[in-house]
Amino acid sequence: MNLYWSVLTVLILLAITAPTALAFGFGGATASRSRFAPLRWVGNIYIALVRGIPDIVFFLFFVIALDQGIEYLRHQAVCPDWDQPIRQGNDFLVCQAAKMPLGTSPQWVHEVYGFGLAVLTFAIVFGAFAANVLSGAMRAVPRAQLETAEAYGMSPRQTFWRVMVPQMWVYALPGLGNLWMVLIKATPLLFLLGVEDIIYWARELGGSKTARFTDYPHPDWRMWYFLGLLVFYLLFTRISEIVIDRLMQRFTKGQATTGGEAQRKLA
Amino acid sequence: MGVDWTPCLGLFTPMEASWMSCIQTIQDYGLRAIGIGERLLPREDFTLCQQFTLIGSGMIWNIYFGLTALVLGFLFATVLALGKASPRRVLRKPSEWFIFIFRGSPLFIQFFFAYFVFLSLKAQFPIFDLFTSAWLGALVVLFFNTSAYSAEIFYGALQAIPKGDVEAADAYGLTGWTRFKRVVWPTMLRLAWPAYTNEAIFLFHATTLVYISSFPAWQQRGDALYYASYFADKTFNPFVPYPILAGYFIVLTLIVITVFGLINTRLNRHLPEAGRQKIRFRPRMLR
Repeated sequence: MNLYWSVLTVLILLAITAPTALAFGFGGATASRSRFAPLRWVGNIYIALVRGIPDIVFFLFFVIALDQGIEYLRHQAVCPDWDQPIRQGNDFLVCQAAKMPLGTSPQWVHEVYGFGLAVLTFAIVFGAFAANVLSGAMRAVPRAQLETAEAYGMSPRQTFWRVMVPQMWVYALPGLGNLWMVLIKATPLLFLLGVEDIIYWARELGGSKTARFTDYPHPDWRMWYFLGLLVFYLLFTRISEIVIDRLMQRFTKGQATTGGEAQRKLA
Repeated sequence: MGVDWTPCLGLFTPMEASWMSCIQTIQDYGLRAIGIGERLLPREDFTLCQQFTLIGSGMIWNIYFGLTALVLGFLFATVLALGKASPRRVLRKPSEWFIFIFRGSPLFIQFFFAYFVFLSLKAQFPIFDLFTSAWLGALVVLFFNTSAYSAEIFYGALQAIPKGDVEAADAYGLTGWTRFKRVVWPTMLRLAWPAYTNEAIFLFHATTLVYISSFPAWQQRGDALYYASYFADKTFNPFVPYPILAGYFIVLTLIVITVFGLINTRLNRHLPEAGRQKIRFRPRMLR
């Protein structure tokens, strides 16, 4: 039963992460285009930092860092009269009241908290990539379109929201589509974050740590389990490809691009 | 092992002493990842020097996996790309399927699947015992994976070869193998190179998945991430080992960019300066 839950977990994670990452990406892209220099630096540093470091390092590092960061802040706020150092050699100690989530809270709070951290990590990492794609797309919107908007007397804000944003999607979609594929394929890393996903169950049930020294008298079922997973992901990517193609058709409609022109001629 | 400096340490200033003990650490653990040097990993009082040395020694495996898979994958990818571009169905279909399967599923799952396939094959054919250890088994997976991704890049480049180039080759009477060797292949490489650079960078990043997934690290001989997570687990402090690991990888990425940039310059040496393709670092993140 838990196994089916884990498949559902993957799907829920995808459903929540994709919009969140897109929001992060949009924020990052707008920040890196900002006319206010510090905001621009923040945007650029965010994009550059996340993209330069191997993903998996990020997944391993970031969750602990975030967890400890939150606990540290709560510690400062909740127990100001705590006099011992927080980092005692190898231990990270905060007062009981600052534990996140509280040691007394029920099991499901712990699980939701862990899941939330996972979503946030995914969103931050993929947000940086989405930001890169989106800022490229914003630059790809023909200059003439924006100039026309200015000529009509629109303010920069109006130009951005009414002219640039609706038009940039057609340029962003190929990149975002790739990112979506990558996101699908990144979900197995969930188990690193301690969320009980599909891989977690495989390891749990199989105990692969000692497997090298065990000779099975019967065919190993875990092989078929992973074959099933492989097929699951292959189907998922294939369906996504088809959906993205459809979306592209929709976005191209009425655009001043080669694709849009071809559609217009066909109609 | 090396010389044991510890008795002499009292003779030196603290600065010098810590420097000497660091040299000692490098002698002990510098090649630990391939089984040379001290057998036991440090258990307590972890120094910065130990973390740098061990994680650095783990990089040997990352470089081994990355480099070998890259070289072998390059050859196989060329074959696959030609297969996919072939008009013959017998050649095209297998290549298309191979590329789809390895690009369409997570590398992570591929590692797991391959490991268990090797395990169950081992029961029947003892020769597969070799494949259940990381140095060969994981290498095979990485090799197939990078082949599929590179083949797709090469295939795209094959489609993008200017028509005029091939027509000119025809006009000169070049056919078959000669035409491929002199015209098609160099042009394909030239067009594919910027994208292929990213693939190479990405491959090195992907090598960190080997020990995190299924393959066991025999006698604690692991890659850089293996040691980094060892330290993070023992010290409960991720803020030291992971940035060290990130630092090593940034250096490795810079080296890859430099080497591939030099090759790129050579591939484009016949073109006027303005027409050259610049390499931009734009990796896909995971596969």
